[in-house]
Amino acid sequence: MIPAASLDAVAPPRERALRVPIMLAIALLLACVLPFAISNYQVFQVTLVIIHAIALLGLNLLTGYNGQVSLGHGAFSAMGAYTAAILMDRFHVAYWLTLPAAGAVCLVAGFVFGLPALRLEGTYLALATFALGVSMPQILKYKHVEEWTGGVQGITLTKPDAPWGLPLSPDQWLYFFCLAVMLLSFACAWNFLQGHAGRAIVAIREQPIAASAVGIDVPMYKSLTFGVSAMYTGMAGALGAIAVQFVSPDSFSVFLSISLLVGIVVGGLSSISGAIYGAIFIQFVPKLAGDISKAAPGAIYGLLMIASVYLMPSGIAGGLKKLAQLWRERARRSSTQDRRKHA
Amino acid sequence: MHKLSSWVAIPLALGLAFVAACSRSDKGKEDGDAARGGPSPGAAAAEIKIGQTMPYSGPASAYGTIGKLQTAFFKKINREGGIRGKKVNFISIDDAYSPPKAVEQVRKLVEEDGVLLIFQPLGTPSNTAIHKYLNGKKIPQLFTASGASLWNDPANFPWTMGFNANYQMEARIYAKHILQTRPNAKIAVLYQNDDYGKDYLKGLKDGLGDSAKLIIAEATYEVSDATVDSQVATLKGSGADTFVNVTTPKFAAQAIRRAFDIGWKPVQYLNNVSASVGSVLTPAGLDKATGLMTVAYYKDPTDPQWTDDPGMKEWREFMTKEYPEGNLNDGTNMYAYIAARTLMQVLEQCGNDVTPANIMKQAASLKDFAPAQLLPGITINTGPNDYLLFEQMRLARFDGKTWVAFGDVLTAAK
Repeated sequence: MIPAASLDAVAPPRERALRVPIMLAIALLLACVLPFAISNYQVFQVTLVIIHAIALLGLNLLTGYNGQVSLGHGAFSAMGAYTAAILMDRFHVAYWLTLPAAGAVCLVAGFVFGLPALRLEGTYLALATFALGVSMPQILKYKHVEEWTGGVQGITLTKPDAPWGLPLSPDQWLYFFCLAVMLLSFACAWNFLQGHAGRAIVAIREQPIAASAVGIDVPMYKSLTFGVSAMYTGMAGALGAIAVQFVSPDSFSVFLSISLLVGIVVGGLSSISGAIYGAIFIQFVPKLAGDISKAAPGAIYGLLMIASVYLMPSGIAGGLKKLAQLWRERARRSSTQDRRKHA
Repeated sequence: MHKLSSWVAIPLALGLAFVAACSRSDKGKEDGDAARGGPSPGAAAAEIKIGQTMPYSGPASAYGTIGKLQTAFFKKINREGGIRGKKVNFISIDDAYSPPKAVEQVRKLVEEDGVLLIFQPLGTPSNTAIHKYLNGKKIPQLFTASGASLWNDPANFPWTMGFNANYQMEARIYAKHILQTRPNAKIAVLYQNDDYGKDYLKGLKDGLGDSAKLIIAEATYEVSDATVDSQVATLKGSGADTFVNVTTPKFAAQAIRRAFDIGWKPVQYLNNVSASVGSVLTPAGLDKATGLMTVAYYKDPTDPQWTDDPGMKEWREFMTKEYPEGNLNDGTNMYAYIAARTLMQVLEQCGNDVTPANIMKQAASLKDFAPAQLLPGITINTGPNDYLLFEQMRLARFDGKTWVAFGDVLTAAK
């Protein structure tokens, strides 16, 4: 039996390349077994993590990869959620069909919002998106749309049961449904970023002038990224509406937008896996803070946030990468020492 | 061997996991059913587990004092031996005034902690979000801290009961008083254009009944408006001699000041939502607010007539001993105390049968319960088809310093 660490050092590059798919397979296996090992409530919590992860992935495409800061992504989450809720409540559309609809609405909305917003850079764009985030809850209460949105009272939805007579509880079914959506959207994002578009997006972040000099259509790509980003977040919003069975203007306060931003920074900017770590953070850490102190949960949350950013400046994803690197280096060193001893 | 991995391994793993999962899940489902249909959670336990969600953080965190006071209240009860020998385990957690968070926290309380009831969750949106869930689970959503009229629907939602005197009820009291004192009044109404405002207007019209035509002018404003100056001017222009002011604190202060400044001197009713001397009447100008009427059902801690009142003394002693960080001038602390006392009464009535079903049954059989912090003559009465706690209120008039209750207890006709 060769210890895994020394295998690393001697393994040819081909085998090393296999490590990622194998680890992914193990993670998937665990993800599939998980809902049967924990209670329905915990399944629901993990489902929320998955939903956050999809939203964070969307924001990360925009902010992490393309370098445009958005403080208003909660608004796209709201749009997606309300699209799904209105379709289900008013038109009795099947829940799974509302996802593409929510995605499409947000893609268009994001693209259209992206067009004028492009003229704004950095902090100005952040302010423009902030305005969107702040106004969204009030727009939803506006009297002429109230008939559709249900005003302050919101819309209550019914949780879907597992189809085809699968022996799953509604929570478990929803978990698998969200997991499938997440895998699909992560695969699409990965593919998107690997290709020509991905390189263009990053180039725009790094050197916008150089990017346009080599022929990249900067405004087009920026708007496109905005649209795609909004689409992801909107689909997450729709999933959230289905999982929570309720939407109301107060569900999408500006704090949601900010906590999404916290999620991508803590999870790791420009990192696909960072979305998952960030989602775990924004799902569980505020609660942890509340458990520590009822008087000042905000202060504790802030401290934990600062600590995490201080200890892992490139996010949890970056931090883990660094740890793995350190570990591998140490293993390599010790294995070379071993070999020397044997020689 | 390694060649197999990447593309085969993932689907294989998925498939295996799914098969394994499905074969296990039948058992899981049965467990779930047993948990749902079996003996009620915590019934035989030596403690009474109560859950609550509160906005300790977020935009409505000022209301967090309700949860803090009630935590202190049950701590004191436990120190004194509990309720019929059973300790109260009061779990109050933060929902940040966010409906999705409220759903999550309530699910935790019900499914993980196994609470017997959810007590005083705060806010109309959060309560709406958990309404269906709790009724499906048959866990009492008891004494919601919200004035919407949704919580009095025992036929469709038998597991939900509100606490606040609701908006429609309050409006009916004003209607009754108008009809009693000035049957030929010309009424102008200013209201916020949302469910809250519309609830009041409906109550007012229902209360006036055939005389609803007495309302000669209505004006609305949006929460996002800067001022209500033009609305007040319009209402004055209608020639009305009675002004029903259904506004939230900022707009209430504006309307009171504006009406006075443009020389409109109607008889004014101000909704209880904005009856705070500190945050509404002082900025409006105490002289301009003198003579305003509102309703009250509990004793105002700032009202000097209750200084030596036993109910007020009991409350003040509790505040200083058990909850010293609480504000003695904040009426919310009075409200929270009365709600906790009412829950105590329900639990005591339950005897040894402390189950969700019996808790709901006892909550719906409160008879002439009158904690000493309520205004004299006001009692709490409920029944299987009547989930409204407060159907009586007293009018109070602002004398330039404080609200002074006057007149008889008024009962709103249903």
